[in-house]
Amino acid sequence: MTSSTATVPAPEALPKVKTDLLPLLLLPAIALAALPLTGSFSTWVTLTFAGLAMGMIIFIIASGLTLVFGLMDVLNFGHGLFITLGAYIATSVIGRMSGYVESPSLVRNLMAVVPAMLIAMLVVGAVGFVFERVIIRPVYGQPLKQIMITMGGMIVGVELVKVIWGAQSIPLPLPAAISGSLLFGDAAVEKYRIIATVVGLLVFAVMLWVLSRTKVGLLIRAGVQDREMVESLGYRIGLLFFGVFIAGAALAGLGGVMWGMYQQTITPEMGGAINVLLFIVIIIGGLGSVGGCFIGALLVGLVANYTGFLAPKVALFSNILLMVLVLLWRPQGLYPVVKR
Amino acid sequence: MSEPLLNLQGVHTRIGAYHILHGVDLQVAKGEMTVLLGRNGAGKTTTLRTIMGLWPTAEGSISFQGESIASRPTPEISRRGIAYVPENMGIFSDLTVCENMLLAATGAKRAEDLDAARLEWIFGLFPALRKFWQYPAGLLSGGQKQMLAVARAIVEPRKLLLVDEPSKGLAPAIIQNMITAFRELKQTETTILLVEQNFNFARQLGDQVAVMDGGRVVHAGSMAALAEDEALQQHLLGLSLASHQ
Repeated sequence: MTSSTATVPAPEALPKVKTDLLPLLLLPAIALAALPLTGSFSTWVTLTFAGLAMGMIIFIIASGLTLVFGLMDVLNFGHGLFITLGAYIATSVIGRMSGYVESPSLVRNLMAVVPAMLIAMLVVGAVGFVFERVIIRPVYGQPLKQIMITMGGMIVGVELVKVIWGAQSIPLPLPAAISGSLLFGDAAVEKYRIIATVVGLLVFAVMLWVLSRTKVGLLIRAGVQDREMVESLGYRIGLLFFGVFIAGAALAGLGGVMWGMYQQTITPEMGGAINVLLFIVIIIGGLGSVGGCFIGALLVGLVANYTGFLAPKVALFSNILLMVLVLLWRPQGLYPVVKR
Repeated sequence: MSEPLLNLQGVHTRIGAYHILHGVDLQVAKGEMTVLLGRNGAGKTTTLRTIMGLWPTAEGSISFQGESIASRPTPEISRRGIAYVPENMGIFSDLTVCENMLLAATGAKRAEDLDAARLEWIFGLFPALRKFWQYPAGLLSGGQKQMLAVARAIVEPRKLLLVDEPSKGLAPAIIQNMITAFRELKQTETTILLVEQNFNFARQLGDQVAVMDGGRVVHAGSMAALAEDEALQQHLLGLSLASHQ
């Protein structure tokens, strides 16, 4: 090979890479706007941590959903089943380890909680495997049928949960060392909310690392933009989607455990109840965008907690209102994915 | 002509209710550039997409290196050594130039794994890519995106390149660069099937030519013969090279 003399007229200066920080700035803007309204700094700190923890858990659950939609335009209304299942599996695991859960030792608590999370992720991932093969695969490219059949799949799944665990609510108490609050001045912040925030940040960091530093991550980002081109480069997008679906289901299972511990009571309908919130989050963030999903989830968490305290009646529709306002500002969501 | 690298016999393609290709016969010889010419809607892009398996072959046969690839899954066709540069370039705009290239190199997991000598050769063909290596591809100009699309297709040695209208929408200076790059590529004996509407561009590069109309190949022969025969150009394409320049 020889070097050619082909020359390309290049611009004088390299174009500036613009970083869109406006959606990110919404978070501190909303938090600061709520500060004078809450009346006291300590209440504001408590509400803010509650909002962040709630947002982080929602992000863990919704991140897989947004990638599943981004890759294959699949609307999985059955995602709520994975949440419910994760929470119920956690009760079964933790219920058999009551000695560890009731111990004042954090290490012994974690010896119950961490296996519960891992087992929930494994089992829900396996259920995701079956769900994709049996329910979703036959309806690729048929959005209306996807909505109907995934909702149907969730209804059947929830009924099976009732058969196994019963229809009544089951308590999922926090382990001894994780329950209670820490005091920051006058502000009381529940320990579990701090842990949920840290776990959410860890999941987000790992996800960003995978998406930006590994070839599989590059393929996922490329597939969200133009799946046909990814196939033309020799990669099987169906296999990639399958992997993302299972990972997304496993994350929803983890989120289910965390959401159950956040609520401290679980019911078979808990997943269905949060489903609408998940779709609000992924629409606000921009369908297919993990970064957008993260910001959207935190926004939803903060707004739900602030309005719940300041104007409980408004809280009933605050997230719908938030979605409407965001879409009026950015019709494609906060961080839209460029699609072909 | 010896056994063609790519051989289409009586290929029909239907997209939904539309019957687009009506029995395409096309041979692409190894080491040559075959140009597919024709008016808008003649079926050129559909032919490339059918070869790549992006549209299923309704009837007929497509063989590559003597083996049938008709309606095989697109990734399998790609892995046989066929690279495709679509009309819309297929650039992943949120990914950097480097990441776009990395995805096309099947054996490479990181930028360091890319064949350095081949990369230098590509930078020689398209110097802008070196400059914008770590930039999001979405920031590139139309011409630079087209260069990236071609560069991505040749980041590893390929047996056959399918290139759809690389001159479309480009400024004359960039088109000239593209011609230079394709000439360099031809010296490596890469087999290319090029779809073009710009006859002047096609004439400078093509060894063989096939003209499509109404979903069929209505003329096949050497580019040199077509370039010299104004009456044939007028008959097949509704233009003459003299009036096109």
